[in-house]
Amino acid sequence: MSTVAANAPGAAGGGLQDVAASEASLRRFLHGLPGVDAVGLEARAASLGTRSIKTTAKAYAIDLAISMIDLTTLEGADTVGKVRALCTKARNPDPSDPSAPRVAAICVYPDMVATAKAALEGTAIQVASVATAFPAGRAALPVKLADVADAVAAGADEIDMVIDRGAFLSGRYLSVFEEITAVKEACRRPDGTYAHLKVIFETGELQTYDNVRRASWLAMLAGADFIKTSTGKVAVNATPPVTLLMLEAVRDFKAQTGIQIGVKPAGGIKTTKDAMKYLVMVNETLGDDWLSPEWFRFGASSLLNDLLMQRQKLTTGRYSGPDYVTVD
Amino acid sequence: MSELTARLDVMKTYKLFVGGKFPRSESGRVYEVTDSKGQWLANAPLGTRKDTRDAVLAARAAVKGWSGTTAYNRGQVLYRVAEMLQGRREQFAAEVATAENIGGKKALALVDQAIDRWVWYAGWTDKVAQIAGGANPVAGPFFNLSVPEPSGVIGIVAPQTGYGYSLLGLISVIAPVIATGNTVVVALAADAPLPALSLGEVLATSDLPGGVVNLISGRTADIAPTLASHQDVNGLDLTGAIAADGPGAAAALEASAADTLRRVLRPAVDPSALDWTVAPTTDRLLSFLETKTVWHPMGI
Repeated sequence: MSTVAANAPGAAGGGLQDVAASEASLRRFLHGLPGVDAVGLEARAASLGTRSIKTTAKAYAIDLAISMIDLTTLEGADTVGKVRALCTKARNPDPSDPSAPRVAAICVYPDMVATAKAALEGTAIQVASVATAFPAGRAALPVKLADVADAVAAGADEIDMVIDRGAFLSGRYLSVFEEITAVKEACRRPDGTYAHLKVIFETGELQTYDNVRRASWLAMLAGADFIKTSTGKVAVNATPPVTLLMLEAVRDFKAQTGIQIGVKPAGGIKTTKDAMKYLVMVNETLGDDWLSPEWFRFGASSLLNDLLMQRQKLTTGRYSGPDYVTVD
Repeated sequence: MSELTARLDVMKTYKLFVGGKFPRSESGRVYEVTDSKGQWLANAPLGTRKDTRDAVLAARAAVKGWSGTTAYNRGQVLYRVAEMLQGRREQFAAEVATAENIGGKKALALVDQAIDRWVWYAGWTDKVAQIAGGANPVAGPFFNLSVPEPSGVIGIVAPQTGYGYSLLGLISVIAPVIATGNTVVVALAADAPLPALSLGEVLATSDLPGGVVNLISGRTADIAPTLASHQDVNGLDLTGAIAADGPGAAAALEASAADTLRRVLRPAVDPSALDWTVAPTTDRLLSFLETKTVWHPMGI
C-alpha cells in the first residue's frame, strides 16, 4: 500500500508516547497489561465457531474471503514459473467463472518480488514479501534490514517481517521494539511512501496468551500496520483463540489511540468453514470496519481451492472436486 | 437382585461408517427401521447430502493408498474381512432374517454365501490384470502392454430388491469394486440398512484402510442424486435405483452423472426378479476399470 505511514513509530497518542522511552518503562507497560483469561478466551473463540452461515450470507462470505487472501508460496523449491502460475491464479482464480473475485495479494520470498510484480502488472493485487531472515529471523540486524530494503526496492507493496522471538522471550522488549522501528524505516521508499509493514509473532513459539497480548501491543506501538500470527513454518500456526486475542488487542489499541491496525492469521487455515469462523470472529469483535481486504487478510495457499470448490457448489448446485481447480 | 426385576436389553445405536469411523449423521436425525410386519427394530441414522459429501472426501483420500497397495496385499486384506464376517455369522443371520422376512436357516445360508462370495472376490484381486489386460501384438519392435487400473471413487446405490439383497446383494456390489482398487460410497437400502451398518463394524475391525468403504443410510432420493452429481465421483453403480421417477430414479441419476462423463452401471431390467444367490460373472469386477496401455521399445 503506497500511503504514508499511517502508524508512524511513536505516533501513538492516548498517553502512550513515552512507553518505549526505556527498557524499564516498556516492560512496566507490557507487564501491566491485564492477564488473559485463557479458559474464557478459548470458550469465546469456540462459541463464535459454531455459527451457521448459509445461502446468500455464505456466498458473500466466500467472495469476501477470496478477496482477503494473501496467496502464498514460501518454499525453498519455488521457481519463477511457479510464482508466475500463482500470479495468474491470483488474477483469475476460477477460469470457469470470471465473476470470482481476485485475491488481495501474492506473498513470496524477496527474490521473487520482481517476478510477481511483473506478472501482476495492471492489477490492484499487492505483492507482499516476507523478509528479515524469514522464517527464523536469526540474522544480524543489518542483514535483516538489507533483506527488507532489497524487497522494497524490487517493488514489494507489503513487507512481512518476523520478530526476534529469542529476544522477546528473554524479556528484551526494547530490542524487539527497536528492530521493528528500524524495519519500518527500511520500508520507506525513495519517494517518501512506505511499504505496508506486517509483523509476524510466530504465536506458536510465544508459549502463553499473555505473551501474545504483549507482542501485539509491542508491535502496534512500534509502528506495525498489520499484526500476523505465524509464518506457517512451525507446528502450531494460526488458531482461533490466538487470533481472537489479537483482534481484541487491535480493538483496544484503536479505542485508546484512534489508530486502526490490520490482522492476518496465517498457516493452517485450509477450509471454507475455517475461514468463515474467522470472519465471524472479526465481525463480532471489531465489526464492519475490519471486514475488508485492507484490514483483514488470510495467509493461505490451499484455502483458495476449497473456497473455489464451495463457490462452484453454490453456483451449480453440484459438489465440486479437486479435478476442477488448479494443482498448485 | 429381586426376582421381579426383568433385565433390560442394551439396544444398539447404529451409526454411519465413514472414513473408518462411526459418525452420527451430521443432521443428528435418525429414522425407524421396521421388519416386514411393521415392528420397530432399531433407529438408523438419516444420512444427508453433507454426510454423502464427507464420505466422498474420505473415499477420495483413501484412493491413493488402496489403489497403490499390491494386488496380493489387497487380496489378503479382503480375505481378512471374510474371516471377521465368519466370526459374526449368527448376528448377521438374525439381521438378514428380520430384514428380508425369511427363516433363520435360509438367512444363515445367505450369510454363508455372502462370506463365500467375499472370498471369491478376494481371490480375484491379483488375477484381474490377466483377463482385463495383457501384452498386445503390435507391428514394430515394441512391448505393448495394457493394464487395468481402478477408476477412483465409485458411488453405489445398494440393492433394494431381490432374494438376499440386504447382505449378499450388498457384498456382491461392494466386493468386486474394491477388489480392483477402487474406493466406494454406498447409499444403503433404505428399508434394510441394519445388516449393512453391521458390515461397517466388520470392515472397521479388519485391516481395510479407513475410507475404502463408506456406508450411508437414509433416503435414497437424498443420497443417490448427491453421488450422481458430485464431480469428484468417478463411477456410478445404479443397481438399487428402483424408483420409477423422481430424483432417485435411474434415468435422472444417469442424466446428472453424464455431466462428468463417468462410467455408469445401469440397474437390472427387472430388479425385483433378481436372485443374488446366482453365481456372479466377472462383469462387476470389470465395470470400473480404466485401461492404461504402455509402449516400450524391445531390446533396450
